[in-house]
Amino acid sequence: MAKLFQEMGLLASEYEKIVKLMGREPNYTELSMFSVMWSEHCSYKHSRPVLGTFPTTGPQVLQGPGENAGVVDIGDNQAVAFKIESHNHPSAIEPFQGAATGVGGIIRDVFTMGARPIALLNSLRFGSLDNDRVKYLFDGVVSGISWYGNCIGIPTVAGEVYFNDSYAGNPLVNAMCVGLLNHDELKKGVASGIGNPVMVIGARTGRDGIHGATFASEELSDKSEEKRPSVQVGDPFMEKLLLEACLELIRSGAVIGMQDMGAAGLISSSCEMATRGGSGMVMDVAEVPRREEGMEPYEVLLSESQERMLVIPRKGKEQIVEEIFNKWGLEAAVIGHVTDDGMLTIMEGDKIAAQVPATALTEECPVYRPEAKEPEYLSRVNAFSPEDLPLPKDCSEVLLSLLASPSIASKEWVYRQYDYMVRTNTVIGPGSDAAILRVKGTNKGIAVTTDCNSLYCYLDPFTGGAIAVAEAARNLVCSGAKPLAVTDCLNFGNPEKPEIYWQFKEAVAGMSEACKRLSTPVVSGNVSFYNETNGGSVYPTPVVGMVGLVEDLNHRCSMDFKEEGHLMFLLGQTKSELGGSQYLSVIHGKDMGKTPSLDLDTEAAVQECCLEAIKKGIVVSAHDCAEGGLAVAAAESAISGGIGCSVNINTELASHELLFSESQSRIIITVAPKDVEKLMTTANKFGVICEEIGTVGGSTIEMTVSEKLQISVSLEIAASTWREAIACKLT
Amino acid sequence: MKFGVVVFPGSNCDTDVKYAIETVLKQPVDYLWHQEGDIAGYDCLVLPGGFSFGDYLRIGAIARFSPIMKSVEQFAGNGGLVVGICNGFQILLEAGLLPGAMKMNDSLQFRCQDAYLKVENNETAFTNKMMPGNILRVPVAHGEGNYYADESMVAELERNGQIVFRYSSSKGAVVPEANPNGSTANIAGVINKEGNVLGMMPHPERCAETLLGGEDGKLIFESIIDWHQGGGKLG
Repeated sequence: MAKLFQEMGLLASEYEKIVKLMGREPNYTELSMFSVMWSEHCSYKHSRPVLGTFPTTGPQVLQGPGENAGVVDIGDNQAVAFKIESHNHPSAIEPFQGAATGVGGIIRDVFTMGARPIALLNSLRFGSLDNDRVKYLFDGVVSGISWYGNCIGIPTVAGEVYFNDSYAGNPLVNAMCVGLLNHDELKKGVASGIGNPVMVIGARTGRDGIHGATFASEELSDKSEEKRPSVQVGDPFMEKLLLEACLELIRSGAVIGMQDMGAAGLISSSCEMATRGGSGMVMDVAEVPRREEGMEPYEVLLSESQERMLVIPRKGKEQIVEEIFNKWGLEAAVIGHVTDDGMLTIMEGDKIAAQVPATALTEECPVYRPEAKEPEYLSRVNAFSPEDLPLPKDCSEVLLSLLASPSIASKEWVYRQYDYMVRTNTVIGPGSDAAILRVKGTNKGIAVTTDCNSLYCYLDPFTGGAIAVAEAARNLVCSGAKPLAVTDCLNFGNPEKPEIYWQFKEAVAGMSEACKRLSTPVVSGNVSFYNETNGGSVYPTPVVGMVGLVEDLNHRCSMDFKEEGHLMFLLGQTKSELGGSQYLSVIHGKDMGKTPSLDLDTEAAVQECCLEAIKKGIVVSAHDCAEGGLAVAAAESAISGGIGCSVNINTELASHELLFSESQSRIIITVAPKDVEKLMTTANKFGVICEEIGTVGGSTIEMTVSEKLQISVSLEIAASTWREAIACKLT
Repeated sequence: MKFGVVVFPGSNCDTDVKYAIETVLKQPVDYLWHQEGDIAGYDCLVLPGGFSFGDYLRIGAIARFSPIMKSVEQFAGNGGLVVGICNGFQILLEAGLLPGAMKMNDSLQFRCQDAYLKVENNETAFTNKMMPGNILRVPVAHGEGNYYADESMVAELERNGQIVFRYSSSKGAVVPEANPNGSTANIAGVINKEGNVLGMMPHPERCAETLLGGEDGKLIFESIIDWHQGGGKLG
């Protein structure tokens, strides 16, 4: 047995605890159940104590963490359910199916709650596009997302793509789904009511994905290719049918609870539903519809075959369930019933194959508080002082190089492969600060974004984590939305290394502080550890997915300049903060320096000011200054609007600091000249620095710093550079 | 005027078409499940976009055998108005209700973007609210929208005025750069010889409201309604 539990990824101490919980030695099937449920991926055993520090409550929160997705109120008896989840390891091995099934999984998490999915987002990280393997991964991931999302008919409306060498062997693929529901339609993943049937619905169960959760809880290595069978295969058509059938089922009132069979398949969905309901279950694996013969009980229990749901209907309503599923041509099988003994009893015909207390698999999992130690690299990289850098000879060239760098360049090559308009709700699609979806039958909109600058997190995980939250909220505000709540996907290396665990703790602490100050509690999320290849970790990447509410769609905003003669203003202040900038990274090849500072009170004031100005109808465009600083932000607004601009700023800063520093809490807005006074009144009210910095118009992008023309680039060249950069890298 | 939107397993623009007809154009509309046979009482049938049966075989090859398709064929044979959008167009091709065939986009990628359509024939049930040469901005979203017809078929389509829309530049130039998928002769939409069946890859239901960025698609639905109210003749 000693060798066996080790092979299954369990520690000796964990095995001892299992024996204690069971009161005996587990059999093979039982041990398999523990091995997947106690894997990091399912149990969060290394992260749970830290995650407990996130703020999770607020008047808007209808469902916080712990369910399949978080749910927040948007008024009028309506709510949005949303969650983000990683599919990094499968995508590193088989990018197309890895990414596709990541999308499929997160969609199920949302419709399980009774919500109609209305939008998908993706946060992606890859190595450098100069590497052929990376090109293959990038193309495969985008195609997989495109295939699954387009086929199921949920628009992919926003997201982000970054490129950095730390992700070369271990790309990050985080998928987020947002759904809409009425309050009374909210369903939870609960099994209750003794004697209620337990049903498996959807695709048949095969041998695919067995031990996928365990695979996700290891570092990647050259041998990972052998784990290819752990990657599942998606069927978006099946999921479309499942989605429609499940929503119809929930509306019929015949269901107590349901849960998707994601990681660790039948075993995780059943023990989690039983734990939440304080109940038990008897299930007969022989009754589970299969696609292959001769499957062992543990294979049926651990299979991660996609597009399957576990459903607990009310006793006597099995007929309704069957009718609905017959209509959609789906298989539904009763495999057992709910009990009150708290045990998960697995039968194979009339033989007991396994019997384990449900909570032993869930709540009893050991929790670890690993050692945390500040990494040594930090003092070295933070010591770098960009002030010593020479001034660039030609800032126009610098701007063009930044616009051509894949992390900043237009992501049109990516999003034109996604159907971002299906369901006819997309008011603002991909490419702006946040996407907006209208809520049919109302004048409201839902704004969505994902954000994380992992270079900031690498240099300072606390501030980087806080900035990820602040930037997400700022992006929503720039589109005219009030930020509501957060879902997070925390991508880190191996938490058993003290330096990685330190990054994780710091990032969560920074995020928590920002979430508290900006009143955006965390309502759902996912942790992905072991993002390492042959010992090297990815940059700490705590991705923030945020949802906001546009109360009146007449007062929405986008980043593109609108009209000649509009005046440009900068909310917030530019500082000497080139550390962690794309300017340093792209132009000087240095991922170094100090992360830009973040003052949360200033951030909140800038956001409140911008939102109020948008709601008053003063602001005609708004764009936050992020990667590439003020110069890139202005250029992006000009390119998107198809109209140039002339910036003129007097400053004590060096020209490259003014243009490319990534100081936080800054938004470039444009207003009509007649509204300047109203804007200044609003800025004064919030105590926000609001400086006129230029004029919209012409067909060039010009920037003058302290009386000297530093940048003069034709709009056409800037646009083609920015638009074509990624496609150029791929050909 | 009563519309029916045919829903196949895997259709995903059915709700969009219904919303445009019902909420924007204020006309009665029902969903028609693909297994239904009775379509009496409808004035126009729309086969919406999506991925019927997952598009796992040749696109539309399974949907054309759905029970409702017999009724659709009869309905079209009797002169009823039928519109196939995107996947619906592909199904009409498979069913033989429209000439030509569909290939993968030249780019071998799915493409979601705005396209400009030049109105080639405004004397149809679907385009009578437009002028010849009008340019409409209508989104496309497909991986297999590369319409194919051989030279003699294209000549015949042209002779009969069956080419209704071609991809063009925003100024109306019918040039390769304006073609999002490689379609023969930039063809974006065709009608049958009798003029009562339209197939088009672009999605008019996605641009029927200013909130979504444009209203050009509304013209197609308005044309249909006008045509019907005028007693099935060109006003």
